[in-house]
Amino acid sequence: MNKEYMEAKARYESGVAKSLQKHKERKEVFATGGGIPLERLYGPEVCGDSDYMREIGFPGEYPFTRGVQSTMYRGRFWTMRQYAGFASAEESNERYRYLLASGTTGLSVAFDLPTQIGFDSDDPMAQGECGKVGVAIDSLKDMEILFDQIPLDKVSTSMTINAPASVLLAMYICVGEKQGVPMSDLSGTIQNDILKEYIARGTYIFPPKPSMRLITDIFEFCSRHVPKWNTISISGYHIREAGSTAAQEVAFTLADGIAYVEAARSKGLDPNVFGERLSFFFNAHNDFLEEVAKFRAARRMWAKLMKERFGVTNPKAQMLRFHTQTGGSTLTAQQPENNIVRVTMQALASVLGGTQSLHTNSMDEALALPSEKSVMIALRTQQIIANESGVTNTVDPLAGSYAIESLTDEIEKKAFEYIQQIDEMGGMLVAIEKGYVQKHIQDSAYEYQRSVESKQAVVVGVNQYKIEESNKDMKLLSVDASVGERQIKKLADLRRSRDNIAVNNALDAIQAAAADESRNLMPLIIDAVRAYATEGEICGVLRRVFGEYTENIVL
Amino acid sequence: MNERKIRVVVAKPGLDGHDRGAKIIARALRDAGSEVIYTGLRQTPEQIVDTVIQEDADAVGISILSGAHTFYFNRIIELLRERGAGDVIIFGGGVIPDSDIPALLEAGAGAIFGPGTPTSVCVKWLEEAVAKKRAEE
Amino acid sequence: MEKLLEKALAGDIRSIARIISLIENDTPEKDELLKRIYPLSGRAMVLGITGSPGAGKSTLTDKVIESFRRRGKKVAVIAVDPSSPFSGGAILADRIRMQRHTGDPGVYIRSMGTRGSLGGLSRGAKESLILLDACGYDVIIIETVGVGQSEVDIIKIADTVCVVLVPGMGDDIQIMKAGIMEIANVFAINKADKPGVDRVAAEVRLMLDLVKDRSWTPPVHLTVAEDGTGVEELVDSLVAHGVFLKENPDGVRREWRRLAFEVEAVLLQSLTRLAEREWSAHRTDEVMNLLLSRRTNPYAVAEDVLRKILPCDRADRGATEEEDSPDVAANDG
Repeated sequence: MNKEYMEAKARYESGVAKSLQKHKERKEVFATGGGIPLERLYGPEVCGDSDYMREIGFPGEYPFTRGVQSTMYRGRFWTMRQYAGFASAEESNERYRYLLASGTTGLSVAFDLPTQIGFDSDDPMAQGECGKVGVAIDSLKDMEILFDQIPLDKVSTSMTINAPASVLLAMYICVGEKQGVPMSDLSGTIQNDILKEYIARGTYIFPPKPSMRLITDIFEFCSRHVPKWNTISISGYHIREAGSTAAQEVAFTLADGIAYVEAARSKGLDPNVFGERLSFFFNAHNDFLEEVAKFRAARRMWAKLMKERFGVTNPKAQMLRFHTQTGGSTLTAQQPENNIVRVTMQALASVLGGTQSLHTNSMDEALALPSEKSVMIALRTQQIIANESGVTNTVDPLAGSYAIESLTDEIEKKAFEYIQQIDEMGGMLVAIEKGYVQKHIQDSAYEYQRSVESKQAVVVGVNQYKIEESNKDMKLLSVDASVGERQIKKLADLRRSRDNIAVNNALDAIQAAAADESRNLMPLIIDAVRAYATEGEICGVLRRVFGEYTENIVL
Repeated sequence: MNERKIRVVVAKPGLDGHDRGAKIIARALRDAGSEVIYTGLRQTPEQIVDTVIQEDADAVGISILSGAHTFYFNRIIELLRERGAGDVIIFGGGVIPDSDIPALLEAGAGAIFGPGTPTSVCVKWLEEAVAKKRAEE
Repeated sequence: MEKLLEKALAGDIRSIARIISLIENDTPEKDELLKRIYPLSGRAMVLGITGSPGAGKSTLTDKVIESFRRRGKKVAVIAVDPSSPFSGGAILADRIRMQRHTGDPGVYIRSMGTRGSLGGLSRGAKESLILLDACGYDVIIIETVGVGQSEVDIIKIADTVCVVLVPGMGDDIQIMKAGIMEIANVFAINKADKPGVDRVAAEVRLMLDLVKDRSWTPPVHLTVAEDGTGVEELVDSLVAHGVFLKENPDGVRREWRRLAFEVEAVLLQSLTRLAEREWSAHRTDEVMNLLLSRRTNPYAVAEDVLRKILPCDRADRGATEEEDSPDVAANDG
């Protein structure tokens, strides 16, 4: 740094010292939400020894710190993709068509819990749960209704489905068949990320080993037959919701990613090829600067990992493309309208972080499923950022901000430290089995809770600026309790009318292939789905062969 | 005589996998000196009630974010009564709209803690409820 | 109380659970109650399952329960987890892996904290065995984490101890140093589908070879608790050890030792109770101020308290003779 700068800096610092004698600062230590200490001021020296070309570079070029496309949102906006689905296929279909008519550019299907865990609606375990947190899908019949009049060659569909991802993808492929859309033209994403289910989300079915095999079966099948499909959405979202810090979110998500790449490689798949179809899913919380930095750090880290660790040379397979959802756990049940403001900040952070698609939460989600009006406001929030804020008119506008670049480096450093520890333990599967990851997340969650209770962390409307209120009068969406009964009846009709011999043969074929690791299960699952075998029947067969996972509690 | 500890079962009924709240309240209760029997995810009402009885728990805390609260609360309360354990304190939390709360309290739940409730409030409530229950024994 | 006991003996789970709480809480009626039911006990096989955290003990216990159920036995489990030394609270989560047995009337599972027992097994755990035994459970399993005192405590109450080891934890050597080798009657090398299992098994066998002339050589079993591999054979060995105890003179000696421990434990607890009561009566501000100003000392104060408890002149400190320390370490049964 030149002499003039150093003199000015000294002048500034003595000024600060004087001012501090008169007025103390609000806090002794300032830190990000994730506990990274913040300097009073960041200046050009923070970038002093960092190599622009190595660490930052140009948009669309390695290491992709500034974004995965050269023109970013000057080319086209991110995909505005609102997660939705509830009750039965009929009701959800109606909501999807409403969303598409309102300017949503991609669908995102929420399934109910029995569907996510491989139970049919008439299973005793499904009691009370049908259609509650998403749509109930039991068989191809339901899926046909869900996408009725929605052309699968025109929309891209993201499905939040993990343990039984093969079954739902198979159903989607079969609906495409019926609409005359070949699977090679289908585009969309399945979440298909089982590791974070063990860590944070809880909708696992099978133990890790067969689960990883199901995933790599999908990788292999799609790279041949469904080339436009994102075969996995490696998710930090739920890790963050479970209470992790921003740096932990990046670290554990990328560590999951490493595990998937390794599993696929050991099956003989080429990361230069399947690497293109890996996508990511992150959270956006309130700490604006830290969040922007987080997205940029994640992109840079993944590029480095793919290139240096896995020798990937295809730039498209080095890119971390991601979907973002604003942070559900940051929403408050108190003064729910304030959530609109939170969501706006979070959405803006993800746009400035370079997201490829975005879901903005509705203000009433801490209370119940979102109502139509609140869904509309959430979508409008994205449209306002895209069209009115101006931040989309130049690429990565926050690059070069001393604070942002410094935080980006800091998150990268912290996250790589976690990844190194996980490597030393023997990889993510071992770290999960030992409870290492869960323990770190829970500790962060508990620490945050305590800081809220001690008011070190202020949550407006919750521990400060409270008012007397009740949400009794808010118009909330409640799911018709008869969904379960309707689904049960549909299932009974289906089981009567379909060709049960064909179903049983298809299920037997799956069972035989499940026991043989060299077989790819995808084609057999498609056959079974086409014969109208139910999701619960297919998962039931796999449960018999694979066994079931029991969670590993570390408290 | 040893200090009589509060024994509380913390359970996640049904298929909902969001256990952040359940784990936080389990830790807070532990740190307040209670013995917390943690059952983990995907518990049926029958399993929860069997656990409460085998563990001679004073209370059972239920966390539900899936919207299936009415079904699970009613079923668990009904089973506890059938099994002669109607005196066990039931409380819960999660994503439960205010409008559903009166019916749950009416059915026999002791308290429902909404999102944002400090753990210290739940802990204090439980300690008082258990003390009251024991005084009546 | 009478009614509760009657119902418990008739198999009512809630009553059994209630009485265990009374025992755990060391209520005044407890001794009388245990005296009453003691004659009804002595039939159950008491199994200890111990090993380091993460060894898969709970999953293995789950499979062992299943095996005993198939053999027509009623099974009770006491799963012990450490209490927090700061708050005295505990999170007891072992039963997660056994929850599928909750609906089975032939299985009773109870979670316990170590409470004040400095990492060992609480009195409550030990005495609950007597009740469960009297209530007709054929097999009682005590599952403890093999750290601190609990694994040494476990041979004082279990007929048969199964030590669970796993490959690749890097702590097998430590386990051996900590003396866990000496207490095992049966070894389970769990997670035997993981690399390194042969090495752990070989190390254990090598250690066992060092001890000659014993009437029972602990068998070493490879298990995969997740899928049940090796569990039947393990349970066969556990049962065989039970038979051995009945038929071999070593078994009687072990039972003697166990009973001696039992008496000691009851004695100690009674004395502690007395001492605590007397001390709290004796503990006035005056005494505390004397201590504070060092005009008296803890030894003299303790002597005064002891004199009140023990009327004879044995109260002087140091008069407690070391008893023949039972050779708990010898691996003879």
